[in-house]
Amino acid sequence: MQPFRRLTAPAAPLLRDNIDTDAIIPSREIKSVSKQGLGIGLFAGWRYRSAVGREPNPEFVLNQARFAGARILLAGDNFGCGSSREQAVWALADQGFQAIIAPSFAPIFHDNCINNGVLALCLPRATVAALADALVTARGEPRLTIDLERQELHAPDGAVIPFHIDADLRLRLLEGLDAIDLSLRRLTGLNAFYERDRRERPWVYL
Amino acid sequence: MSERRYDERLASGQWATGARSLLEKIWQTHVVGSGGGPPWIAIDRIFLHERTGAIALEGLSKRGLPIRGAARTFCTIDHIVDTRPGRTDETLVPGGREFITRTRAAARAAGIRLFDVTDHDQGIVHVIAPELGLALPGLTIVCPDSHTCTQGAVGALAWGIGSTEAEHALATGTLRLGKPPTLRVRFEGRLGAWVGAKDMALELLSRRGAAGGRGKAIEFAGSAVRAFDMEARFTLCNMATEFSGVAGMVGPDDTTFSYLAGRDFAPRGAAWDHALAQWRGLASDEGARFDEEIAIDVDPLAPMVTWGTSPQHAAPVTGTVPDADGSGTTREAHARALEYMGLQAGQALASVRIDAAFIGSCTNGRISDLRSAARVLAGRKIAPGVRALCVPGSSQVKRQAEAEGLDRIFRVAGFEWRESGCSLCFYAGGEDFGVGKRVVSSTNRNFEGRQGPGTRTHIASPATVAASAIRGAIADVRGLEAA
Repeated sequence: MQPFRRLTAPAAPLLRDNIDTDAIIPSREIKSVSKQGLGIGLFAGWRYRSAVGREPNPEFVLNQARFAGARILLAGDNFGCGSSREQAVWALADQGFQAIIAPSFAPIFHDNCINNGVLALCLPRATVAALADALVTARGEPRLTIDLERQELHAPDGAVIPFHIDADLRLRLLEGLDAIDLSLRRLTGLNAFYERDRRERPWVYL
Repeated sequence: MSERRYDERLASGQWATGARSLLEKIWQTHVVGSGGGPPWIAIDRIFLHERTGAIALEGLSKRGLPIRGAARTFCTIDHIVDTRPGRTDETLVPGGREFITRTRAAARAAGIRLFDVTDHDQGIVHVIAPELGLALPGLTIVCPDSHTCTQGAVGALAWGIGSTEAEHALATGTLRLGKPPTLRVRFEGRLGAWVGAKDMALELLSRRGAAGGRGKAIEFAGSAVRAFDMEARFTLCNMATEFSGVAGMVGPDDTTFSYLAGRDFAPRGAAWDHALAQWRGLASDEGARFDEEIAIDVDPLAPMVTWGTSPQHAAPVTGTVPDADGSGTTREAHARALEYMGLQAGQALASVRIDAAFIGSCTNGRISDLRSAARVLAGRKIAPGVRALCVPGSSQVKRQAEAEGLDRIFRVAGFEWRESGCSLCFYAGGEDFGVGKRVVSSTNRNFEGRQGPGTRTHIASPATVAASAIRGAIADVRGLEAA
């Protein structure tokens, strides 16, 4: 997994609440047993004029020249609700998104982000809205800088916004640590747990 | 470490002082270890399906990692598989066959029990897990599927995860998880005729919003829940994820135990007695503390139906499409939802013409759901021009319905009678209802495009779906009965 330390990149606002994973990638866009190549299906229902074609819908924010190269997404409350499909994160990552900023995330989507090295950053609703305004009105490219080491976000107008992220998650992102590797290395006592649990709850073990 | 027996420790509350909730009891018996971050929690059951199973299993295989506890891991074919009669591995979903065949191959290679396309016990994962006695009180249960919370109705901690988390659970037998805060939702009182678990879930969503239970382990309690059979409890817990909860759960009681007794994978004989003695101590203690409590009086509830594009956009079927101020959402979201749905504020819900009706899914595809719909449909025909489908939640449900003659009632009324699976609960590129078509559906999500590009979904109970199919418009089943 790629470490996430400091990112300076164009950002795009999509401030709708309850953007679900069916909207992030419709099930019809998941056409193969693969974690790769899903970017083309990202936001397909909004991004293209029709469900069958690939003609861009010019009204959709990521199709506008100003935001086409975005690698940071600003979203509304409860982003990533609905289906647990990790394809939603794989599609975002494949399209180049490395961080999502929202007032809140649905729990499964949040964990899926972290497991793929994508930063899911919670900021107050008013802060996200102000950042979105700043991106729209900023002269030049609508850039943000996210400094995970210092836990600071730099707005286009130069304002520095401190944020807090869980220490363990922060470390995993900073180091690009793979959760499975980490557990296989660090988890001790599983055999002892099973030995005892098999005696105590034998009905669990088939 | 104490050598006292598990049930003695459980009874004496060794792990904590004072009254404990169901979540706390399950949590304390599953913590394996901790250090530098959230603890490792032992996982008792892992379920996979063909949409997310092959990816997880192949991911592990590529890394050369074996599966820990294959005997406690199960896989079913439900999401992509065709539900038309005479089905095979072929599906109308682009690439669908690959999801089925690669899942089958990966499950075989891993030595996992697979409920295959033609298996006697095939069905939607969250329908078959309790049906087969695989979901049991006190277990930790995960599946790369958001509706895994359904299974918490047996008194388990069951939650949906992503593919990477599934790989973690398969490889290590554990997941790392911070203990979720608890929310108890108490439904008190007596439900009126034709009002049930689905209506209660939609009422809760309309009051508190789709993020109202975010990150919480939600225990459903109160006299209305105690009075429910297991199937209604599954429906209620199923919708916990629409409320952004981590898990839904119900304290196990005699209703739970008699439902599970004798099921294929449930313990038997002395093992059952041992398990039962432990299960009797699992329900939340009197005086257990919850981080948040919500109480809802069910007496005045009416059948509910959604009007928008989030499950929180729900209202009594006797009501109207709300205006922005009464919609519980932002002005923009309200306008967007009404535009997508082709509705106007103030419009009476029980008059909106429909094109299709769908009964099935892990929410409402069980035998009691089919019986409820069949009671409405018996001796009646669906309105001309309405396309209606009934898709049983499992092969067992389908056989039971056929043994009771319910399939005939559905067919005579004008419904298609299908093989079991997830079917048109979501559109995956195969069958669809059509652009702009309006569907009343016993499923769980009314998101834009969920049942097909441009398709407009209204979520409701199976009885409301059946009544609406007959009327050709969203209908109050209570009015239909009187007619």
